[in-house]
Amino acid sequence: MKKKYLHALAVGIAAACVAAPALAQQKVKIGFITTLSGPQGVIGEYMKNSVELALDHLGRKMAGLDVEVTYGDDQVKPDVGKQVAEEMLKKQQVDFVAGIIWSNVMLAVAPTVTDAGKIMVGTNAGPHELAGKQCSELFFTTSWQNDDTPEAMGKVMQDQGITDVYLMAPNYAAGKDMLNGFKRSYKGRIVDEVYTRLGQTDYQAELSQLRAKNPKAVFVFYPGGMGISFLRQYSEAGLRGQFPLYSVYTVDEISIPAVKHAALGQYETRYWSPDLKNSANQKYVADYRKKYGKMPVYYGAQSYDGILLIDSAVRAVKGNLADRKGMVAAMRKADFASTRGKFSYNTNHFPIQNFYLLKTVAGPVGQDPVMEIQKTVFTNHKDSYSKECGMR
Amino acid sequence: MNFFLVLEQTLNGLQLGVMLFLMAAGLTLVFGIMNLMNLAHGSFYMVGAYLATYFYQVTGSYLLGVLLGLAGTLAVGVAVELVALRTLYERDHLDQVLATFGLILFFNELAAMIWGRAALYTDIPDYLSGHVDLLPGLRYPLYRLVIIVVGLAVAALLWFVVARTRLGMLIRAGASNRAMVAALGVNIRLLYTLVFGFGAALAGLAGLMAGPIHVVQPGMGELILIEVFVVIVIGGIGSIRGALAGALIVGMVDTLGRAFLKPTLATVLSPTAADAAGPALASMLIYLLMAVVLALKPQGLFPARL
Repeated sequence: MKKKYLHALAVGIAAACVAAPALAQQKVKIGFITTLSGPQGVIGEYMKNSVELALDHLGRKMAGLDVEVTYGDDQVKPDVGKQVAEEMLKKQQVDFVAGIIWSNVMLAVAPTVTDAGKIMVGTNAGPHELAGKQCSELFFTTSWQNDDTPEAMGKVMQDQGITDVYLMAPNYAAGKDMLNGFKRSYKGRIVDEVYTRLGQTDYQAELSQLRAKNPKAVFVFYPGGMGISFLRQYSEAGLRGQFPLYSVYTVDEISIPAVKHAALGQYETRYWSPDLKNSANQKYVADYRKKYGKMPVYYGAQSYDGILLIDSAVRAVKGNLADRKGMVAAMRKADFASTRGKFSYNTNHFPIQNFYLLKTVAGPVGQDPVMEIQKTVFTNHKDSYSKECGMR
Repeated sequence: MNFFLVLEQTLNGLQLGVMLFLMAAGLTLVFGIMNLMNLAHGSFYMVGAYLATYFYQVTGSYLLGVLLGLAGTLAVGVAVELVALRTLYERDHLDQVLATFGLILFFNELAAMIWGRAALYTDIPDYLSGHVDLLPGLRYPLYRLVIIVVGLAVAALLWFVVARTRLGMLIRAGASNRAMVAALGVNIRLLYTLVFGFGAALAGLAGLMAGPIHVVQPGMGELILIEVFVVIVIGGIGSIRGALAGALIVGMVDTLGRAFLKPTLATVLSPTAADAAGPALASMLIYLLMAVVLALKPQGLFPARL
């Protein structure tokens, strides 16, 4: 009897030893890389908050498995982003990598992840390389291709028959891409195309030139702090009433609290807006405001969607994370309650989705201005690079 | 290219110039007199902007915000000198660069911890917004005119203090022979602390005036700091006159380059070549100027007479 007990005990211990690491493995591990330090860290904050909110909504479980998210800071540097991703893949052994704000960082990180056989979910940057020639079965994005948004604004201004447009952007790759995207759908006359220094803080000289040229409308791309400076100085110079201002990625819920009335009347195009009427979005916006006391921004909505997309994949394979094929097949269906409403994936794993014209209008009394959808510009828009991608 | 546009751009250049001067004055004094390489000068620009914004919101008075912001930056400057920099005077420039770079990181993170990483809202008060008709056909924003006037007034005051007062005499004496001044019974350490504090306050003044038209956010000081270094290299390190001349030259060259270089190039080159070369050349212009000055007059245009 005694011997039998011992034997049973030994088997039990042995089983426990084998089972313990297996149980510890039964977690969904996600590495989320964004910018968390420096002036641009504010964007990362909104993304991280949205990831946490998505996990709250999922009860911190996917298909019954616990979820473990590791956050990484890319410091807006491609080499740092790549290093962080490699560490996540080797040390934390993550199953998915998600996030990334900047296109140049994305071009370094995405191949690192997909070459290691893991799934990458981009939640902001959409460089044309990844939509076209360098597309990958393991790469998905919950945002857009970079050119989509300026193309939408070009169409708006083309349809309204606006001529004599004055273009301005910072002098770097994305600035040129934005103006080229705009020109792809806008065929009217362009008065001048002005590139300013990246990170420039004072635009008074350019604004004096602009006034002298007397255009009918102005189109700009000034992300982040550049946008705040530009909008303040545009208003201060008294140009707001004189030349209507259209922009992409210049006014958003991050910059509105800093510029307030200086953004009033501004037009933007975008695939998402806080006032988009669908239940997933209303829940996201209401709960974000309740938890963090601020309006969410599209960077956040995309990150929230990214986590839900991963959840849809894990659920489809019933938690069997080794079934990569099954997960990719599930993700291609975009079968989750997206904050943008129902959408589908193109063959290159970029969304086929609507784009809207937004206008900054006065908010409720005593509160900041808000962005409101004016109309739909593109319905089920496909990006311009999917044909270059070999996937079907 | 009409006359009024050129005039307006000249005013823009002047305005950028006085802004750079306020930053450069403190930096050049500290370097010339104390032989201290202070990379953290941009942090005082940020501190000034944050404090003025904060006090403006708390008190509801722009003027009070400006005064408290200035006093606050002065206090922060004095504290930094007493706590961190005093031990660095005898060290070589590399140590100073490393230590003051650390201060930049410290102040940026501190601002992010207190006020968050998002840019703060500030606005020009009603009585300073709007436009002035300088000439028929030439309207100019009032706030930018105020910046020009304040900047020039500070320059005059600074010249008066350094050239005509006892304090200024001690500062100049301390710069040329520190040991001798100390031997004559002057408290040279106190003098250094004062100079450093006022240098910080001048940077704070530039920051708080820039606040409502630029961005108040962590790291805002570093965006302007590089141009300020160009200014003091062109003007001559350690010289107030040089800082003023350098600032006005850089402000003017940068503004006029941004405004007129592309149209001018288009008259000699093809439009596409001008489109490509114009912006690139305009953003390089002040550095080219610095290279030329360094080649011809390595001491700068107005070297300090030490």
